Amino acid sequence: MDNYKVLIGLEMHCEISETNTKVFSSAANNYNGLANSNIRPVDMAFPGTLPVVNKEAVKKALMASIILNCKQPEYMYFERKNYYYPDLPKGFQITQETKPAPVGIYGSLSYECGDLIKTVRINNIHLEEDAASSDHYATCSTIDYNRAGVPLLELVTYPDFHSADEAVAFLETMRSIYQYAGISEADSKKGQIRCDVNVSIMDKNLDETDEKNWGTKVEIKNVNSFGGVRDAINYEIERQIELKESGEYDKMEQQTRRFDEETGTTIYMRSKVDAIDYKYFIEPNIPKFKISKEWLEEIKKSIPELANERKEKYINEYGISAYDAKILVKEKSIADFYEDTLKLGANPKSTSNWVTSIILGYLNKNEMEIKDMYLTSQMLFDLIKMVEDGKISSKQSKEVFYKVMEDKKEPNMIVSELGMKQIGGEDEILKIVTEVLDEQPTAIETYKQGRTNIVDFLVGQVMKKTRGQANPAMTRNMMISEIEKR
Amino acid sequence: MNYMSKTLKEIHEDLVKGNITSDDLIQESLKKSHELQEKCNAFVTILDNAKGVKITDNILSGIPYGIKDNYSTKGILSTGSSNTLKDYVPFFTATAIENLEKAGAVAVNKTVMDEFGMGGTGTTGHTGIVRNPWDTSRMCAGSSAGSACAVAAGVYPYATGSDTGDSIRKPAAYCGIVGYKPTYGMISRYGLFPFASSLDHCGVLSRCVEDAAIVVDNMKGIDKNDMTSWDSSKIHLHDSLNGQVKGKKLCYIKEICNIENYPNASAELKKHLENFQATITKCRDLGMEVEEVSIDQKLLNALASVYVVISCAEATSNMSNLTGIIFGPRAEGKNYIDMMKNYRTEGFSPLIKRRFVIGSYVLQAQNKNRYFFNAQRVRRLLVDEWKKLYEKYDAVILPVGSGPAKHLDGSLDILDENTQVLEEHLQVGNFGGFPSITIPNGFVDNLPVGVNITGNCYDDANVLNIAYALESVMDYKNQIAKEVK
Repeated sequence: MDNYKVLIGLEMHCEISETNTKVFSSAANNYNGLANSNIRPVDMAFPGTLPVVNKEAVKKALMASIILNCKQPEYMYFERKNYYYPDLPKGFQITQETKPAPVGIYGSLSYECGDLIKTVRINNIHLEEDAASSDHYATCSTIDYNRAGVPLLELVTYPDFHSADEAVAFLETMRSIYQYAGISEADSKKGQIRCDVNVSIMDKNLDETDEKNWGTKVEIKNVNSFGGVRDAINYEIERQIELKESGEYDKMEQQTRRFDEETGTTIYMRSKVDAIDYKYFIEPNIPKFKISKEWLEEIKKSIPELANERKEKYINEYGISAYDAKILVKEKSIADFYEDTLKLGANPKSTSNWVTSIILGYLNKNEMEIKDMYLTSQMLFDLIKMVEDGKISSKQSKEVFYKVMEDKKEPNMIVSELGMKQIGGEDEILKIVTEVLDEQPTAIETYKQGRTNIVDFLVGQVMKKTRGQANPAMTRNMMISEIEKR
Repeated sequence: MNYMSKTLKEIHEDLVKGNITSDDLIQESLKKSHELQEKCNAFVTILDNAKGVKITDNILSGIPYGIKDNYSTKGILSTGSSNTLKDYVPFFTATAIENLEKAGAVAVNKTVMDEFGMGGTGTTGHTGIVRNPWDTSRMCAGSSAGSACAVAAGVYPYATGSDTGDSIRKPAAYCGIVGYKPTYGMISRYGLFPFASSLDHCGVLSRCVEDAAIVVDNMKGIDKNDMTSWDSSKIHLHDSLNGQVKGKKLCYIKEICNIENYPNASAELKKHLENFQATITKCRDLGMEVEEVSIDQKLLNALASVYVVISCAEATSNMSNLTGIIFGPRAEGKNYIDMMKNYRTEGFSPLIKRRFVIGSYVLQAQNKNRYFFNAQRVRRLLVDEWKKLYEKYDAVILPVGSGPAKHLDGSLDILDENTQVLEEHLQVGNFGGFPSITIPNGFVDNLPVGVNITGNCYDDANVLNIAYALESVMDYKNQIAKEVK
C-alpha cells in the first residue's frame, strides 16, 4: 500500500424524493406503497404516451448544481439512452449526456474528512428517470413500476479521492446536502442512493495530475450502501495491489465489476470492449427550454441553510461546543427538532444538552428515528421550562422524559399524575423550614459552632416533609438565613 | 340515402333541420364501410355498435368519421396495423380523438395503415393491402391508406391521419381528396403511436378544404400531455377562409417542376407536370403572383436520405417499448431476452426490421457523426432554405408525386430514378413542421393527381385560404371515387 497511490471516482445516484410527482409523469413520486399503484400510462410506456418535464424536479436539480458550484446550462435538453431491460419499459431512459450540457457541469465541493478539509472536483450532475424495480423468485420475476420515472440525480466526480474514508466522507456530505436542501431524504435503506465506484492504483512517486500516469480504471457497479462503498474500495485496492505485486497488473483490462455484499468482494462483469453503445440522441418530445438567469437567481436564494452553516451558527451564536454542534447537524431531522425547540424560546445550551445526550441516547438505545418519537419540540420546551421555573427538579425532568416516551402522554400530565411538583412558594417553604428548626434546636447549636454542613441534614428534613417537592436551592438559602436569625 | 358524400356543413344543416338523424348517418356510414371493406380492405375494425349523439351547434356533432389505427382509442382495438399490437385495446384515448368526441363526432371505424406508419404504399398492414377505390389494381399510397380510401369512397366526410413523411398528403393525392397536416404541435400527439417523434404530425383527410379546416379546428389545442403542443386558441381556421388571395405570392421549385429535368419522363409524368402548370395558371388567374425559384439540386437530392436516417433512428428507439411484456401478444421464451426477441421477430414485418437495422446503424457511436448528425445538419439546411422562401412568398406550391397512384403490382410501373425528389419533397414539410395541404388538381389517365401547398410555421390559416381559393376554381372539390376499371 505504501508504494501506491489510489485514485477513486464516484458516480452517486440519488433519487429526488421531495417532489409530488415523477420527473416526466404525473404519477405520485412514492414507490413505497402497494406495488404498481403509483403509475400513469407513460410509466409503463403504453404506445402514444409522452414525457412531460416536472419543473419542480428541474428546480431541485438546478439547486444541487448550484450547491456543487457547477455551471448551469443556458438551455435544458434531455436525451435518450437506449437499451433493453425488463425494468425499463420504454426501452430507453430519458437522461442527460454531457453534450449538450446537463443541469450542472465542472463544479467542486469541499467536505470534511476527519479533521481535514478536502476538495473534490465534480465532472457533472444530471437529471434522469429511475427504472422500475424487480424482484426475482425461483420460478418468476415481478416488476413494480411505481419506481419507474422517479426523478434521479446522477453526480459524477473526478477520481480525486485517495481512500475509502475520503469517498465515504464525501458521500456523507452529499447526503447531508440533499437532506438539508430539501431535495431528497437520501435514505440508502430505502434504495434512494446507489453508487458506482471506479478505482485505480498508480506508483506513488508519479505525478497524479498527469492522466498518463493513471492506472487501469476498474468500475464497480451498483453499490447500495456507504458501508458497501467502503468495503468495495478496500477490497479493490487490495486486489489491484496483489496484481501489481505479482506482475499481472499490466495485463488487467479496463473492466466493470459488481460488488457482492455477502462476501464483500468484487466480481468481474464485462470488459470495456463489451461496453454497451447507448446510441444517445436528443429526446424529441421535450423541446429545449431556456433556463433564465432570474430563475437561477430565485433558486439560489431559496437554498435553505445547509449543515455547515447551521453548525457555525450553533458554535458562534449559541455557544455550543464544536463536538455537540457536529452531532446536532449530522441528521437534518435532529437539527430541525433542535431549532424548532429554540424557536419556542428554549435556552440553546440546555436544549443542546437534552438533544445530544438524553434524547439521542434514548433513540439510539431503542433504535428509533427522531420523527417516530412521541416527544415534540413543544413538549421538550415545556420540560425545560418546568425545570427553569423550579416547578420540577432536573432529576425529575429526566424521569418525566422517560415516562413521556413510554406512556405517550404530555409532560404536564405525567407531572400531575406522579404528583410531582416543586414547592416553590417562599411562604410555604418558610413554614416548613421554621417547623424543622423548631424540632431541631441542637442542630442550630451545631451550626453556630461552625459545623455548617449540618445544613444538609436540615434541608434533608425539609425534603422528607415535602416528599422531595421543595425547591432545594431555595430551601437551602432560606434555611441558612433562618438559622442566622435565631 | 347518400348523405356521406356531402360536405360537413350540408350534413349539419340537414341534421339541424331534422331531415336526417345522427343514427341514420351512422347506419349509412357503417353500411358503406362494409361494402368498401369487401372491395378495398380499408378497415382494421368496423364499429358496428356506434350510436348517434345529440346534435349541437358544433358542425361535427352527430356525423360519422374514421380514425387511423395508430390513434389510441379507449376500449377499442388499436393495432397500428401491426401484429405486435394485434390484440391491444388501450385504456386511454388520444387527445386529438378526445377533442373530436367532445365536439360530438362519432367514430365508425379504424382504418388500415402501413405498419406503424412506416411505409408509403398501404400494403404493409397486418390485415392486408388497401386498394385504391378509383382502380383496385392500384395502391392508395400510405401510410394513411385506409383513411384516404374511405374518404374518397364516400364512407364519411373525413378521417384522421398521421403524417411523418407524406403519409396524409400523398394518399390524398392518389385518392383525389384533400390531405392536411397542420404546423407541428398544433394538434397534440398524445396517444398517437409514434413513428419518428420529431417528424410525426396528426392531421385530416377530407374532400374539401373547408371540411379540413373545420375538423382541425376541433382536433387542435395545447395539451398538458404533449410538451411540443402550443396554444392555437387565437387561430380559427374555418373562420379565416375567405377566398381572398389576390396579391398572395407563391413559388415553385424549378428543379422539381421542370420537365427538362426528367430526360426519361413517362407520358404520365409529362401530363402530370403539364397539369401542374395549368394549376399555376389558375393561381395567377386568381390574382396570385407565382414565381419559379431555384434550389441547389445537391441539397434536394439529400432530402430522401435525411428522411431515412432521422426517421429510422427515432423509430428504432420509439418502438423499443414493443417487447410483448407489458402489452401485445407475449411471446414464449426461456428468458426475457428470448421472449422479446421472439415477439419482435414474429411481430414485425421485414420492412420494419430493415428500418430498425438502419436506425440502429446510424446511431452507433462509430457512425453517428457520419450519418445521424449529418442528417440533422442537412435537415436544418433544407428547413433554412424553405424559411428563406417564406420571407418572400406565402407558400411553396409543388406537384405531389410523379403522377397518379402506382400499381399494386410494381412491375407495371416504370421506374425512373430521376423522379426521387419529386416523390419525396413533401418530407420537407415534416423537417420544418410546416403546415402543408394537398388538394386534387386534375386527372392523368382518368386517375386523380394532386398539388401541394406548404407554408411557414403557424401560418396555417393563410395556407388553407390559398388552397380554398384554388379549390374553388377547379372541378375536383368534394369528388367521390368512381371506379374507372
